[in-house]
Amino acid sequence: MSILGNRVVRREDPKFLTVGGTYVADLDLPGSVYLTFVRSSMAHAKLLSVDTSGAKAMPGVVAVYTNDDLGIARMPTIMGMTNEAMTQPMLASGTVRYVGEPIVAIVAESREIAADALEAVVVEYEPLTVVIDPAEARKDNDLLFPDAGTNTTFTLDFGGDEALFDDCEVVVELTLINQRVAPCPMEGRSAAAHMTKDGRLEFNSATQAPHGVRDGLAGFLGLEPDKVHVVTPDVGGGFGAKASVYPEDIVVGWCAVHLGRPVRWTETRSESMLGLGHGRAQLQHVRMGGTRGGVISAYRIDVLQDCGAYPAFGAVLPFMTRVMTSGPYKIPKAEFGSVSVVTNSTPTTAYRGAGRPEATAAIERTMDVFAREIEMDPAELRRRNLIGKDEFPYTTPTETVYDVGDYHQALELALEVAGYDELRAKQARRRASGDPIQIGIGLSCYVEITNGLPDGEFGAVEVRPDGKIIVRTGTSPHGQGHVTAWSMLVAEQMGVPIEDIEVIYGDTDVVPRGAGTMGSRSLQIGGAAVNQAAVDVVEKAKDLAADLFEADREDIVLDKSNASFHVIGTPAVSKSWGELAKAAVAKDGNPLFAEVDLASPGPTFPFGTHISVVEVDVETGKVTLLRHIAVDDAGRILNPLLAEGQVHGGIAQGVAQALLEEVVYDPDGNPLTSTFADYSFISAAELPSFETRFTETPTPINALGAKGIGESGTIGSTPALHNAVCDAVAHLGVRHVDMPTTPIRVWNAINDAAPHHDAKNTTKKGGR
Amino acid sequence: MIPASFDYVRAESVDEAIGLLSEHGDDAKLLAGGHSLLPLMKLRLAQPAMLIDIGHLRELSYVKEEKGYVCVGALTRHHDLANSLVARASAPVLAHVAGQIGDPQVRHRGTIGGSIAHGDPASDLPAALLALGGSLVVQGPNGIREIDANDFFLSFFEVALTPEEVLIEVRVPRSEGQWGFEKLTKRAMDWAIVGALAVRTSNGVGVALINMGPVPMHARAVEAALASGANASDAAQHAAEGTEPSADFNGSVAYRRHVAKVLVGRALKTAGV
Repeated sequence: MSILGNRVVRREDPKFLTVGGTYVADLDLPGSVYLTFVRSSMAHAKLLSVDTSGAKAMPGVVAVYTNDDLGIARMPTIMGMTNEAMTQPMLASGTVRYVGEPIVAIVAESREIAADALEAVVVEYEPLTVVIDPAEARKDNDLLFPDAGTNTTFTLDFGGDEALFDDCEVVVELTLINQRVAPCPMEGRSAAAHMTKDGRLEFNSATQAPHGVRDGLAGFLGLEPDKVHVVTPDVGGGFGAKASVYPEDIVVGWCAVHLGRPVRWTETRSESMLGLGHGRAQLQHVRMGGTRGGVISAYRIDVLQDCGAYPAFGAVLPFMTRVMTSGPYKIPKAEFGSVSVVTNSTPTTAYRGAGRPEATAAIERTMDVFAREIEMDPAELRRRNLIGKDEFPYTTPTETVYDVGDYHQALELALEVAGYDELRAKQARRRASGDPIQIGIGLSCYVEITNGLPDGEFGAVEVRPDGKIIVRTGTSPHGQGHVTAWSMLVAEQMGVPIEDIEVIYGDTDVVPRGAGTMGSRSLQIGGAAVNQAAVDVVEKAKDLAADLFEADREDIVLDKSNASFHVIGTPAVSKSWGELAKAAVAKDGNPLFAEVDLASPGPTFPFGTHISVVEVDVETGKVTLLRHIAVDDAGRILNPLLAEGQVHGGIAQGVAQALLEEVVYDPDGNPLTSTFADYSFISAAELPSFETRFTETPTPINALGAKGIGESGTIGSTPALHNAVCDAVAHLGVRHVDMPTTPIRVWNAINDAAPHHDAKNTTKKGGR
Repeated sequence: MIPASFDYVRAESVDEAIGLLSEHGDDAKLLAGGHSLLPLMKLRLAQPAMLIDIGHLRELSYVKEEKGYVCVGALTRHHDLANSLVARASAPVLAHVAGQIGDPQVRHRGTIGGSIAHGDPASDLPAALLALGGSLVVQGPNGIREIDANDFFLSFFEVALTPEEVLIEVRVPRSEGQWGFEKLTKRAMDWAIVGALAVRTSNGVGVALINMGPVPMHARAVEAALASGANASDAAQHAAEGTEPSADFNGSVAYRRHVAKVLVGRALKTAGV
């Protein structure tokens, strides 16, 4: 009997549910000093003077540094693709470009002293013109980096067919705001560093990519990589925003090297809202054309990507949007263009979905507008245009090759679970009644790309003489459940109970290589590497057993029911894993061990259909999510419990973007949403129980048949909810409501439509 | 998120708290549940030199009925008020409103006295107090006095307490009549974008508004319209009169005025008006 596919409970949970995790800020580092940063209160200004004398004179202040004191290089461009004149210094140098940009680093004996010392630093600013609207930034009237001569840092242009829509009976056009959001992991950024007695930098980091942090620190600080040891204790979420190295991390390392004392830094929530990279932030112009009969034949999306003040990973994410341009549909002609510009705001980076949710939001919202235009049910329009299951591998017009899928099956299952026809009938009755509480139904069919920047991954399995199994993985889980999942894979191959398996990750001394955990890559490449290592170690064990039994290699059998090897036909005489591990050491001094550097066979393409059902109070604009149905296909499901957990969290975040969350700046670049009182981070009270289903279409790309599931929930849910809200008020003449669909936005949309369709008439009839 | 340095004193009685307030004047602040004050201090928007902690004074945590009034000790936590059998029987609207504040954590720490003394126009309990025709019992160096709720909220975050006084009790007339409470929020835990409360009392219908001006306020024009015989729908159309709502990204002035009418109409309907 296989353990795979079962709801194995998380091995990680007993600790979290009882004593709790150990995060960077919990580490006991005697003699620590505390680092904190003076951050800019201006969005764009020249630094006329920075007076640190008051802070330096305070008792308990160990050191105060400005950028000139550090002598560290600027942050690099992103993969060589962004403008070289726009890189970020460790600490602001001459000019500040967003509220929250670090200017001064203060090291003190306690966090409290550091907090007081912050207030003693006097910064004199000369305001410069603030550019907060990316459309303004693109005009280049006011430049963030005069040396660059432009605010544009990265462009893509795919296609340019002037006759793209010429043969279309119907063309719809839409401008969409995929608003800036904050990733909000429970644990903010945090690091603690010290020099060891043997002269190495030990760096504890709340990161998704410990090896990346190691290489980053080594590069910036001029150390050999083997002189840097990065460890991740428990990490409280990341969502992509902790996948890269930040200037603050480098400064922590620099201070530890230069002060010779343990240095720690843990950002506050308010700092995190300004300093941790933001996500999304695209302005999209979309056109879709086709026939009145509902055949889509042409599509183009133009993206204006807001990079924030310094191009970070967000600047190049339109690349991922481009990859998913035409979504799950068979559209003969599809084009993509993008321009990434800097603005005086927090830099944008990867956030759960990272470029793909934006593509899905654009095409799915537009499908609904198109359906309305030709008066076709939005489910039917999708049904008619989805790529058929016999058409894979399928190459899209933007040259992406989808591996495998059954998109129609996901759509039909979602409609069935939702009870779609009955929902539409209920909606019709509610509309006829004139009740102020109206019903909306929204669909979203999606396909996305996982392990999209195809990296390989390291996995190793070692059998110890006591029979325990040590697994090493280059992935870096921070909530996903890799300990459970990798244990299942190894248990399946080796026949050992999962209790006898220890999974080690997040330590660059113990795990030699690793790309980390991001982009929904872990199972399909990291899990597959561990799986392969387990297969390899079984083969090695068979060699050893053949020697011990003096039998033919081909006659050795692994009996997975009791984790032992025997010669075929004589199970009474067997060797355990521990005995073989001892034999291996006795043979040549090496443990029974296998390691694998699995090269990526390419990305996979999970897909599915989500349906949201909402109530909208048309008198106040308030939206209530009643139901959310998610049918996701991530290939073969290793552990439905873990997969559902990923989908649940993803839906919550995706729904939050459609409904509530938005980072808001005033025209002067002051952030208006830097606390959880103002930033509408979603809570359980706003969410119903989700209705999740999986279809399983195994990918041929890897041995597990697995695709990624970490981001599907986010990608599928946002447009489903967004469409549901727009659908609820469509009969009032509303064509579109921008996200987030807050009460004021929905009410304004109804009001703006009222001259054409008298909304008040409809609502008056019913009352409540 | 680390407050400026301050002194902390735990007062063992109301008298001791008053003594400390008299001694330290404006430099001192009373600490009850801490759910308004501490966030302000962590952001360093408030930097009191001294905190006088009265949150643990059990003698100010009670809900009892006396001579036709429901009397709530100032340090009664929202959760305790929401679940008080006395309040649920004799001032159900007060219990209900307390049970809708913030989230469970807030309700287990925050107190009615702290909420009312803070004078936040976006808070729910002050509106309940106004609609019910309640009063506040305060104690100072010169003894105890009672302040009508209508005279308590002076201006933005300013109430009729002198720096030496401690709010010790909140009183509302026993009120078993029908009531309606409507609060528009983005999230369950949020302060109201706009809220409205209607209560049928022996003196007519009390209607109050949340977050429609610098202070918690009655919807006087609605009350007057009802008193002169208007029906609920017509009366609700007066809900925005005399209000001064602010504008922010949750709502424009026009939106808040509109929502006030909608919510007052619904609250009146629920109250059976």
